[in-house]
Amino acid sequence: MLKDQDRIFQNLYNDKGSDISSSQERGDWVNTKEITNKGRDWIINEIKESQLRGRGGAGFPTGLKWSFAPKEVGSRPHYLVINGDESEPGTCKDRDILRFEPHKLIEGCLIASYAVQAHVCYIYIRGEYFVDGQKLQAAIDEAYEKKLLGKNAAGTGWDLDIYIHYGAGAYICGEETALLESIEGRKGQPRLKPPFPALIGLYGCPTIINNVETIAVVPTILRRGGKWFASLGREKNTGTKIFCISGNVNTPCNVEEEMNIPLKELIEVHAGGVIGGWDNLQAVIPGGSSMPLIPKEKCETLTMDFDSLMAEKSGLGTAGIVVINKDQDIIKCMARIARFYKHESCGQCTPCREGSGWMWRMLERMAKGDATKDEVDMLGDVTNQIAGHTICAFGEGSSWPVQGLLRHFKKEIEKRNNLDPIVQKKNNIPYLVDQHLLDKKNA
Amino acid sequence: MSLRRPAKDQPESFEFNASSLEAANVIVAKYPEGKQQSAVMALLYIAQKQNNNWIPLAAMKYIAKFLDMPYIKVYEVATFYTMYNLAPVGKYFVQVCTTTPCMIRGANKLVDACKEKISENESELSNDKSCSWMEVECLGACVNAPMMQINDDYYEDLDKQKTLDILDKILNGETPKPGSYRGRVNNEPENNRKTLMDLKNA
Repeated sequence: MLKDQDRIFQNLYNDKGSDISSSQERGDWVNTKEITNKGRDWIINEIKESQLRGRGGAGFPTGLKWSFAPKEVGSRPHYLVINGDESEPGTCKDRDILRFEPHKLIEGCLIASYAVQAHVCYIYIRGEYFVDGQKLQAAIDEAYEKKLLGKNAAGTGWDLDIYIHYGAGAYICGEETALLESIEGRKGQPRLKPPFPALIGLYGCPTIINNVETIAVVPTILRRGGKWFASLGREKNTGTKIFCISGNVNTPCNVEEEMNIPLKELIEVHAGGVIGGWDNLQAVIPGGSSMPLIPKEKCETLTMDFDSLMAEKSGLGTAGIVVINKDQDIIKCMARIARFYKHESCGQCTPCREGSGWMWRMLERMAKGDATKDEVDMLGDVTNQIAGHTICAFGEGSSWPVQGLLRHFKKEIEKRNNLDPIVQKKNNIPYLVDQHLLDKKNA
Repeated sequence: MSLRRPAKDQPESFEFNASSLEAANVIVAKYPEGKQQSAVMALLYIAQKQNNNWIPLAAMKYIAKFLDMPYIKVYEVATFYTMYNLAPVGKYFVQVCTTTPCMIRGANKLVDACKEKISENESELSNDKSCSWMEVECLGACVNAPMMQINDDYYEDLDKQKTLDILDKILNGETPKPGSYRGRVNNEPENNRKTLMDLKNA
């Protein structure tokens, strides 16, 4: 287990209070000026050396991302945007940072803004977290009062203003370009890349977008050194990470642990074990709903980091672990996730808009045993028609969980669904394309 | 995608009251000059708060004028984002999360409780028109499942009986205390905490 002094988020459970004086006792804002005095290149190099990878799901190296920002500020100002639109089912880590460690985030914003030469930073928070956003706003006000923000913020000689922008219940706004569209006051529909936001982003200006957790760990990394961060976890998967363990466990919780920790340790030690015992485990979704599930056999030895999960054809994503035990119907669980994606598709690309609904309706029928034999393969076809054929990664996100189900639980589906093809038997089951006419509920 | 339609009965006109106007001006100032369109989401939210939790078409027209942008652009935003209610939902708007992490911990029992206490169907006002409920997608409190949101507040670690008690309170016009209903502290593992122990009792 990670030593307590190596945990970055000391106030994860709000033992000490989130106000500025208790934050300063934890080491926030102590020598911000000395850090920025070492210069942009030093900061970016230190982050590169720490091998910090973005905590929002894709795991892109943060130092590299910052180095994409233009070196000189031209006619267009630079922006820093923080992505706090945490909506991935199974994930609730950013919420705790917003409400209990806001000063880590604000200080991180100042350092990151300095590194990418931004004078304005927008923090995008999902609309449902209004109360938590208010707590962050209170912390921002506190920081302005103490001259840690505004003109010559914290004595660094850098001017920075931070504004909160609330979302309004759209999962897709967690995608970085959709998030920019949303801040610009439009529907959150992703943009084509390239151009990448680092060159043409918010209001057409160079913009760096990072997850809340990524930015909140930056000050600690710079204080303790990139080497310290890199010494935790393993090569290319360094540091600590907040894991959210939910679902059928005895004590669901958020916990900060070292990367590459065994999944079994997380579940057994921190989450109090699977309800009904380890043998009652059916499957685990390792990184938020869009990552393919992992069956029990593999959970024994699995370690939690970007690359080891990639090797299992899944991913760390946001590290939202959903534990599903044998009391649950796995097809029903995935059908519900498919409904989530059907509801949240932005509607811009046809394969995703239509396909996500197809997947949901097919899975709902499969859960009831109302599907024909050939539809199991057809469902696999549908997922392949979506993944890779859309503007943003939502297409992959919606089809991967279904592909994971087909990969590991195909026998289960086939056992339940053995009707002959409709054409032969004329069963009164509406075919794929007409079915939406019957879906009055949740259409 | 979700299909959303504005209510049939629409008020004739809408205007910000003094406090909304003040809040709106503060928000517009957050964005660079000429980019006031960015404020549309926040302004819709202010309009929703002012108008009993829902946004009439007149408010969209008013906001379009206020921000000097085409009405259709405001309409697009209001119909795209699901947190904008386009029809009356009552003073207390109950949203029950039923996405998988909540579902496998019994969110359907919360739905049953809502059906018993508020109305048979979702998005239907209760008898006294003060309250309605709806199933929603993940609210981002998965380790506190099952949970629901009433207006801005989260009610966590629920079961059917606790939900019934909370709904009784709001139907009596009270505001129940938000947070965990199993008495646990935030997101810590209940009675099983193994980290940061010296801070816990400090």
